[in-house]
Amino acid sequence: MADTSTDQQRELVDERLERLFDEHPPGETDDQEFWGAQYDLGLAWVQFPEGKGGLGVSPRFQKRVNDAIEDAGGSIENRYRNLLGIGMGAGTLIAHATEEQQDRWLRPMFTMEELWCQLFSEPGAGSDLAGLATSAEREGDEWIVNGQKVWTTLAHRSKWGMIVTRTDPDVPKHAGLTYFIVDMEADGVSVRPLYQITGEAEFNEVYFDDVHIPDENRIGEVGAGWSVAMATLMNERVAIGASVVPRGSGAIGQAVATWNERDLDDPVKRDELTRHWIAAEAQRLTAARASEARQKGTPGPEGSTAKLQWAELNKAITSFTMDLLGEEGLLYPDGYELVRPDETGTRTPSRHKAFLRARANSIEGGTSEIMKNILGERVLGLPGEPRVDKNIPWKEVPRS
Amino acid sequence: MQPSFTLTEEQTALRDTARRFLRDKSGTEKVREDMATASGFDESLWKEIAQMGWQAMAIPEEHGGAGYGVVEQAILLEEMGRFLFCAPYLSSVVLGATAVLSAATDDQKAELLPAVAAGELRLTVAGPLGPDVDSSPVRVEGGALHGEVDTVIDGHTADRFVVLASGEDGLELHLTAADADGIETEQVTSLDQTRKLARVRFDGTAAERLGDAEAGSAWRAAIRAGAVALANEQVGGAQQVLDMAVDYAKTRKQFGRAIGSFQAIKHRCAELLVDVESAKSTAYHAARALAADEPDEQDIAIPLARSYCSEVYERAAAENIQIHGGIGFTWEHDAHLYFKRAKSTKLLLGDPVGWRADLADALGF
Repeated sequence: MADTSTDQQRELVDERLERLFDEHPPGETDDQEFWGAQYDLGLAWVQFPEGKGGLGVSPRFQKRVNDAIEDAGGSIENRYRNLLGIGMGAGTLIAHATEEQQDRWLRPMFTMEELWCQLFSEPGAGSDLAGLATSAEREGDEWIVNGQKVWTTLAHRSKWGMIVTRTDPDVPKHAGLTYFIVDMEADGVSVRPLYQITGEAEFNEVYFDDVHIPDENRIGEVGAGWSVAMATLMNERVAIGASVVPRGSGAIGQAVATWNERDLDDPVKRDELTRHWIAAEAQRLTAARASEARQKGTPGPEGSTAKLQWAELNKAITSFTMDLLGEEGLLYPDGYELVRPDETGTRTPSRHKAFLRARANSIEGGTSEIMKNILGERVLGLPGEPRVDKNIPWKEVPRS
Repeated sequence: MQPSFTLTEEQTALRDTARRFLRDKSGTEKVREDMATASGFDESLWKEIAQMGWQAMAIPEEHGGAGYGVVEQAILLEEMGRFLFCAPYLSSVVLGATAVLSAATDDQKAELLPAVAAGELRLTVAGPLGPDVDSSPVRVEGGALHGEVDTVIDGHTADRFVVLASGEDGLELHLTAADADGIETEQVTSLDQTRKLARVRFDGTAAERLGDAEAGSAWRAAIRAGAVALANEQVGGAQQVLDMAVDYAKTRKQFGRAIGSFQAIKHRCAELLVDVESAKSTAYHAARALAADEPDEQDIAIPLARSYCSEVYERAAAENIQIHGGIGFTWEHDAHLYFKRAKSTKLLLGDPVGWRADLADALGF
């Protein structure tokens, strides 16, 4: 299947990798310096344009880059620790920000000099994100922001936040939103930990009290915040569940390890374990099929199902692993003292913590119910629910 | 084995041609007509697909086949499943031919396979149909078969039977003509009328041994080929019932709106979409593992696809009836044809519990 342009793209990527390793030997180079050089050589997001951390080649070469860096002893920790920025913010900036904005933010985002968070959900706006109430009012070259955001991952470590605000309450809800980048160190921003059922606080409540944002930090037009926010959410949903993981890894790996190390042999549980293994493998194969289709430029319905399927599976399997633990499942070895992690969704949680953390999987990044609406309406073409908030000013919509 | 799913241009063309052909020639009226006949299929359609090379598809060229592979055959089977195509394809071309290919001598292959590939000779297999077979209700004594097999697919229209029998060397494969002395074939009413079954009794039937090796592995190869075939057939059917359910949910109105606008219906459809897409991934991967001759991967991919697709198809076909409501319970609506096919294919060649046990063994659980 290889065509010349694919070969040329691969050669370009390999040549840049060689330069990166020659000039900045991984392991011997400070991480931040290394990531900076990686950005400058276009290996941060290979699909981005040159000069913006990319080479304008197919996104599939990113995996080649990441693998090569890890094999050479370098670090790709930034991709996990600044996930909200590198995984979601960057794509949003490329799609909607000005050149100046991209040049200001992308590089320090990638080098982790500046961490990012996402300020979307509010106490009164979860699934119905477009109903959000945090206001931004214009004052000359600035916007004054008031309101509260919630479920803000790693806000306590972040320099910048992607925030969606209501700039016009007199138009229907989707039309009155505007998207900004807010300085999390600005006056009037307060971040409080949100104590989760796991005992951790990855998430935060963030309060805005007359916070000033310069207009130059606005992404997209005034009133166009919804489409910018959608770009962020699409990146998020692709990031969740769509990556092709090794067979038998993740939650099912923990279940199998538990089965094996405890020498279990109950035939009912054995069938249940196999059933979970099959479901996990079917999801993995589907993610592989979707990724292949995306690379060929013909994404099909299989590409939209990953997030929903992965979330539901992860809940079911982590719960089953607790069942396998028997009375040990009565304990909580991690303890419930508040912990402030450096990254979201610890990569290798204990079985107990994984079980609790999984409950959020079908809520964060779009609940399973919302994902089913999206699949039903956008993929299958079923009609939407009648909406009582359509075509009326946001301020007249009943709110809890 | 790295999963890979992309179809070549040729394979895409094959799929499109098969879909068009079956839509034209095997619409539901035709299916209903054929399933009401004693043979259960249309001999002239059988000849037409032979002219297009369908029976020859996965049989090697040296044995008179077309030399394509299991992947191409799986593409055809998916379309056959989608249209409930009535034909003794599984019994003859998949199960029968694979058993012969795995067990027979070169002379026997030369006699049988070109004729099977041309659609001129129909085989079927008689013996226990499942993932883990270590005995047979048929025994062979002095070259003659004795015993009874309750479920022989297309037993009433096959020309030859490939029989699994217990003999002095353990399991042996034997070949016998369907009209040989000492064979009694009784067609039974099958739950799924689009796939006919017969009960076959052997009472001192003269038979020719196929090859001379212990036959367990050849039988297993046939069953596994059948499992891959059924998985692909199942995902074709599952996609069809999903399409039916979604189409109906868009047009049927109650309480002043299309029922598909209610989340109670929409979410069911979305769940089916996830299931059907996942089932396809497993079925396609199993076909590729079989085609690539990767035994270790087959040990995983085949039982996985077989058990998963069975359950998905059954659920999808059942949900399709529910989403259709009253009309879905009528004989005139096609939903029951798929529902019956789904249940039958789940139970044929071993049920999901058995295949999961097979997979659990392979994974060392």
